[in-house]
Amino acid sequence: MQLISCPWCGPREEVEFHYGGQAHVAYPDDPAALSDEDWARFVFFRDNPSGPFAERWSHAAGCRRWFNAIRDTRSHELLDVYRMDEAQPARTGTS
Amino acid sequence: MTANFRLPVGGRVNRDEALRFSLDGRPMLGYRGDTLASALLANGVHQVATSIKYGRPRGIMAAGVEDASALVQIEEPFPEPMMSATTVELYDGLIARGLPGQGRLADRPDPARYDAKHVHCDVVVVGAGPAGLVAALTSARSGARVVLVDDQNQAGGALLGSDEYFDDLGSPAAWVHEVLAELRATPGVLVLERTTAFGAYDDGFLLALQRRTDHLGAAAPKDVARQRIWRIRAKQTVIATGAHERPVVFADNDRPGIMLAGAARTYLHRYGVLPGRRIVVFTTNDSAYTAAIELAETGVDVPMLLDARAVPPEGLVAECAARGIEVRAGHAVTGTEGREHITDVHIAPLAGTGHPDTIMCDTLLVSGGWNPVVHLFSQLRGALRYAPELGAFVPGEELPDVQVVGSAAGALDLASCVRQGGEAGRAASEAAGFTRPAPVPLPTSDARVAEAAAMVLWQVPEGAEPTADTRFVDLQRDATVSDVLRATGAGLRSLEHIKRYTTIGTAHDQGKTSGMIAAGIVAEALGVKIAEQRPTTFRPPYTSVPFAALAGRDRGELHDPVRITAMHSWHVAQGALFEDVGQWKRPWYYPRPGEDMADAVLRECRAARESVALMDGSTLGKIDVQGQDSGEFLDMLYTNMMSNLKVGRIRYGVMCGVDGMVIDDGTVIRLAEDRFLVTTTTGNAAKILEWMEEWLQTEWPHLRVFLTSVTEHWATVPLVGPRSRDVLASLAPELDVSNEAFGFMSWRDTVLDVTGGVAARVCRISFSGELAYEINVNAWHGRALWEALMAAGEPYGITPYGTETMHVLRAEKGYPIIGQDTDGTVTPQDLGMSWAVSKKKPDFIGKRSFARSENNRPDRKQLVGLLPANPATVLPEGAQIIESAHLPEPPVRMLGHVTSSYASAALDRGFALAVVRSGRDRIGETLYVPVADDVVPVTVTDSVLFDKEGTRRDG
Ligand SMILES: [Zn+2]
Repeated sequence: MQLISCPWCGPREEVEFHYGGQAHVAYPDDPAALSDEDWARFVFFRDNPSGPFAERWSHAAGCRRWFNAIRDTRSHELLDVYRMDEAQPARTGTS
Repeated sequence: MTANFRLPVGGRVNRDEALRFSLDGRPMLGYRGDTLASALLANGVHQVATSIKYGRPRGIMAAGVEDASALVQIEEPFPEPMMSATTVELYDGLIARGLPGQGRLADRPDPARYDAKHVHCDVVVVGAGPAGLVAALTSARSGARVVLVDDQNQAGGALLGSDEYFDDLGSPAAWVHEVLAELRATPGVLVLERTTAFGAYDDGFLLALQRRTDHLGAAAPKDVARQRIWRIRAKQTVIATGAHERPVVFADNDRPGIMLAGAARTYLHRYGVLPGRRIVVFTTNDSAYTAAIELAETGVDVPMLLDARAVPPEGLVAECAARGIEVRAGHAVTGTEGREHITDVHIAPLAGTGHPDTIMCDTLLVSGGWNPVVHLFSQLRGALRYAPELGAFVPGEELPDVQVVGSAAGALDLASCVRQGGEAGRAASEAAGFTRPAPVPLPTSDARVAEAAAMVLWQVPEGAEPTADTRFVDLQRDATVSDVLRATGAGLRSLEHIKRYTTIGTAHDQGKTSGMIAAGIVAEALGVKIAEQRPTTFRPPYTSVPFAALAGRDRGELHDPVRITAMHSWHVAQGALFEDVGQWKRPWYYPRPGEDMADAVLRECRAARESVALMDGSTLGKIDVQGQDSGEFLDMLYTNMMSNLKVGRIRYGVMCGVDGMVIDDGTVIRLAEDRFLVTTTTGNAAKILEWMEEWLQTEWPHLRVFLTSVTEHWATVPLVGPRSRDVLASLAPELDVSNEAFGFMSWRDTVLDVTGGVAARVCRISFSGELAYEINVNAWHGRALWEALMAAGEPYGITPYGTETMHVLRAEKGYPIIGQDTDGTVTPQDLGMSWAVSKKKPDFIGKRSFARSENNRPDRKQLVGLLPANPATVLPEGAQIIESAHLPEPPVRMLGHVTSSYASAALDRGFALAVVRSGRDRIGETLYVPVADDVVPVTVTDSVLFDKEGTRRDG
């Protein structure tokens, strides 16, 4: 069982967290202006990289805060965690 | 008559405490400190079981968890299947039976307790052999918090099966005692005996099973947990789990009396037991010479040692000669004789000179080398590397925060083991932030060290393949060399596939002695190098773990939290039957004497429609929404407009996902300009709060909104029926309950005449179509409110009703239950709720999806009512709906399915809700529902079947 570092609470057991999918997929400013295809892309399409991936997590059984994390999808290693109001840390290479 | 193979002195058993036990009805005696296996051997019993496929006698082949054949069923004090005789500590009154492969679970509940404990530490050391002890003590001296885990009842590891002597420090036992005493006296150090680390996971998480009272048998105190799961979280992990000896495969290698050479040393030194009186040794390496020499020194007849190597170690050969042991180099065992016990071994030269021979014996000791116990390392996804000098896999890479030391890393002499232990202990404590541990003096041993390289020999070569193969690779699975060759012959090459094809390594022992040999035989058969083969992955658990231990205290009532309302005790006292909704216990219906469920529900429904009835609605999810931007926030979450709701008013609302599908519904009441209270369905409360938080925190963090779950704060009672106004009026003297003053979809705060005045919020909402009030009070007063309502309603025959009646009443009105009448593919429009979808709002979650072509297909499934042709029919929920009166050949075109179905008192017939393709266009049509062998005709109707005009709402 992994430890996940909540930016607010520190390292906690992974069972305390809920997964929230890809991060930085903003709700469109004006959904009505989007074509059906572009809207469907927002609703249904997400990246699935092999390697570092920015995702959202919620510390559901703790502080109930959402935050972002960079996880290596090959090893599940959490390379970074950062608050919603923080910029995505720059990462070079694929660790 | 019982033979006595116990030496008059020696061993770590307590000869003052004799223990009675039996195997297969045969009573015997052993001592405190014995295992079942050592006590059996002391009584001259080798055969324990018969094999699963061929029924061949099987005995004790090892002295620990690696044993593959000595399986027993324990009958007393409590039935337990599949126990290895080599790991069961003997206790008085133990009754066991040999197992032909499969055990039997107890037919009665286990009275023992099991629990779990968490521990956090800097360094966890697995294994209290020489390497582990030095590692643990070195770390402990640095001030690190150390947990030392060992599966035996005493520390020492391999030293327990040895009579070596430590220079300067005395006997190994004295050294172990000293180390343990210091560890135990060091604050922050935890030593766990009888504790098997069975699973290693991410980030230093280790699971271990502690057997706390198993060794006490029936004398175990009832108030002490029998077994405990330790959940250990360590910054650093040191794996010092030792090595398991590996046999060599030859014909008839499974007879009782054939044993690993190291196991014989353990029985001799730890238990004071001789495995036999006339012992032949067969080895591929130097380690078994010590067994032969030590046994000869006790006076046992050791006529011969067969060394597969052409050139045996000179010094050891000389030691053997001095004790009358003939060493035959370049020889191997080619077969054995005997039925319940070995009587002879057949030997032959592997190459060169010599001739086949037959030697009489009662015990054959075998050593094919040593397999490092790399299980935990492999569980951590550490890559393994084949070490050709060992004929075994060793850790092949560095893992962060993990070290493998001693025999587990392939070291086979004490000096290397303790040196590695010390280095690992220092490195681990430094990595955990502790500096300069005081060094631990390392013991040096007088044990014989290996003189010559070992030979790697998986099996004794055989000329022609025998018809009935008795060259067993996996004794527990009765799998032979021929089975392996059949797998490779069938074209299998991967060890993972061959394991599954042959079942080798899948028994209780998980191939601890057979896995490596199978890999070797496969490589030979395929003509490939083992090093190029991927070993099978070790997965937890390392040894079997009882489900009872894993469950711990989480059984029965503690299995899952139960949520009850403030009125629960009243419902229980009234004989309500309960329905589980999530973790909530909700009254389902309240049967009166002689009533079945159908009777009770019809009666409850009639009361609600004809007079007055009440239910416990406290489980409804309630979320307090506060802050200046609450209206704007709710406008985005609900399909309809909430920001223009006036204080004092209530609105029904629907929530959709971004895909436009309904996820929840409920009421929204406006408490103040900047405060709302929203309700969710009972089962969805937590999910919806998380959904709201997600949008608030991730998309609109600029909104000044705060969300709080207040579900448990309130006791909620819907008071339903034409006489509900009279009942409320009698309890709410300050409230004008007239329709003009207190209209539908509004709320009022008042003080109820309940136990001296209870503040209440009354909402005029209805989930039944009847005049109804939802009364909310502080949960503390829930039961008082309920009893007051029952008393006030008595003149009208007030009737409590449960969830079943609630479902019938709402279904008669066509109100859907989200999650029952919807399944995540249903839009508000499909439900006929376009009226709840705002046209004015520029955006809300789901809005854009309503414009997708898929959401506008005319053949979408829509919510409709169904009336079976026969009014007595109640369709099964989930039944499919078709177009034809006869079930056609498959594939059958399905138009939809029944989502809710009940018998209605108000309609005096059965009715259903259903989602049907183009349902609203089909109103009036006859469709068909296959039910078992029948096809039931049904008429499609509007989803609202009762009081379509809504005349009953205002009373
Ligand atoms: Zn947190």
